[in-house]
Amino acid sequence: MESVRKAFGEKVVLESVSLEIRDGETLAIIGASGSGKSVLLKTLVRLLVPDGGRITVDGQDVLALEREALYALRRHVGYVFQFAALFDSMTVFDNVAMGLRRSGAMGEAEIRDRVLESLRRVEMSGYEDRLPSQISGGQRKRVGLARAIATGPKYLLYDEPTSGLDPVTTAVVDELILRMAKELAVTSVVVTHDMKSAYRIAQRIAMLHRGRIRFTGTPDEIRKSNDDVVRGFIEGRPDLGQEAA
Amino acid sequence: MRAVWDAPLGAVGRGAIAFAAGFGRFGTFAIRVGRAMPDIGIWARLLVLQMAKLGVASLPIALFIAAFTGIVLALQASYTMTGAVPLYFVGTLVGKTMLLELGPVLTGLALAGRVGANIAAEIGTMRVTEQIDALETLAYDPLAYLVVPRVIAGVIMFPVVVVFADALGILGGWITAMNLLDLSSAEFVRGLRLFFRPFDVEYSLIKAASFGLAVTSIGCFFGFQTSGGAEAVGRSTTQAVVVASMLILVLDAFWAVALL
Repeated sequence: MESVRKAFGEKVVLESVSLEIRDGETLAIIGASGSGKSVLLKTLVRLLVPDGGRITVDGQDVLALEREALYALRRHVGYVFQFAALFDSMTVFDNVAMGLRRSGAMGEAEIRDRVLESLRRVEMSGYEDRLPSQISGGQRKRVGLARAIATGPKYLLYDEPTSGLDPVTTAVVDELILRMAKELAVTSVVVTHDMKSAYRIAQRIAMLHRGRIRFTGTPDEIRKSNDDVVRGFIEGRPDLGQEAA
Repeated sequence: MRAVWDAPLGAVGRGAIAFAAGFGRFGTFAIRVGRAMPDIGIWARLLVLQMAKLGVASLPIALFIAAFTGIVLALQASYTMTGAVPLYFVGTLVGKTMLLELGPVLTGLALAGRVGANIAAEIGTMRVTEQIDALETLAYDPLAYLVVPRVIAGVIMFPVVVVFADALGILGGWITAMNLLDLSSAEFVRGLRLFFRPFDVEYSLIKAASFGLAVTSIGCFFGFQTSGGAEAVGRSTTQAVVVASMLILVLDAFWAVALL
């Protein structure tokens, strides 16, 4: 993405964001709450339309795509929402099957196999007939991940996958993200404000601050950063970033 | 120095701008829904479910209202006409009023509350919990998935519900006339047939279909416009019911001017 800008009324959330995501990598986007991380993620698949700039995926200008071409692109993208965004009137099975049914390429038996396989990958076998209201928050996130991987995407986008989870469940979700990246060979973008998770799962970390990318580098590089804003965030010291910001 | 009318004039101006902006947003929404219509593969299988939900499930409340309306109409007609007009005109008044006005309008208003609120709350909740974004990421057009089947179901099922309401309202008036008024069944039917024209039924159905379109599209529109949390869902639901009810009354007047 190049010089992406997004404002909501008077409030400018993304001032000018330029970021390259490399094939096969897991990139964590960090930043304070309200810094625009989720907005940035949504612009990648045009769930939100930026006010300016350019976003290119597989050589296609996302902002210029016609409706059908945009949906064709989205079939290659799995999106894991912050609160899972499961369809509450459907069972776990039907939630995971939604994307597969849309593609129209599979029969019902094949869809069933794929759904069960996706649920097995996220360790949610046996929950097919439950409604989202009958499972816990961590389990909902896992079903959301199963729904995202069911169609065999090239890209996985995670919006705060560990927010609101206890440390043990957070570690389980982190482990799942690592496994998905390895087993499915996908390119992953993970929005998080949890530094422990970011260090654990990412090959590169980008920090969003005041509508711009403040830092991009490996976990080691960010640990060694001399930028007070970056250090202030990763060390949880608000006093550090104030002057430099 | 500010004049005393600055504040009220300012409020009127802001209201007018907000109304125009809302109207524009609804126009854009309607165009996008029109573009989603060809996605038959998405909405066709959901249509029957919505027809049952919007239409069949609405029958009890519509029939309840219609039955009591028919009873009251017969009694009020008899009270009004005593001594001046032959009593069989009770049948005329019940039939004409149910078909032309009260059948479709009362059913429309009841369904604006039941169906319009339900749609706005359901879609509004899906909006604030990112379920609509999730549909987008799974390559479903949310307008084709959520709006088109509801709007088509409304246009088809409102007339069906109104037919039953009209019939039960007239039946209620008929039974009342026979049991509580000094009127035979034959006299009631004579009055009923006196000024009846088949167009009365068409008029009732046209109105009902337009009310179905108004209630469902307004409910979907306000649901989609929702942003925020539970309070926003409540606000959208209220707005949907109020605007749909007002639109029903405007359409009622429009059809009277255009068709009668």
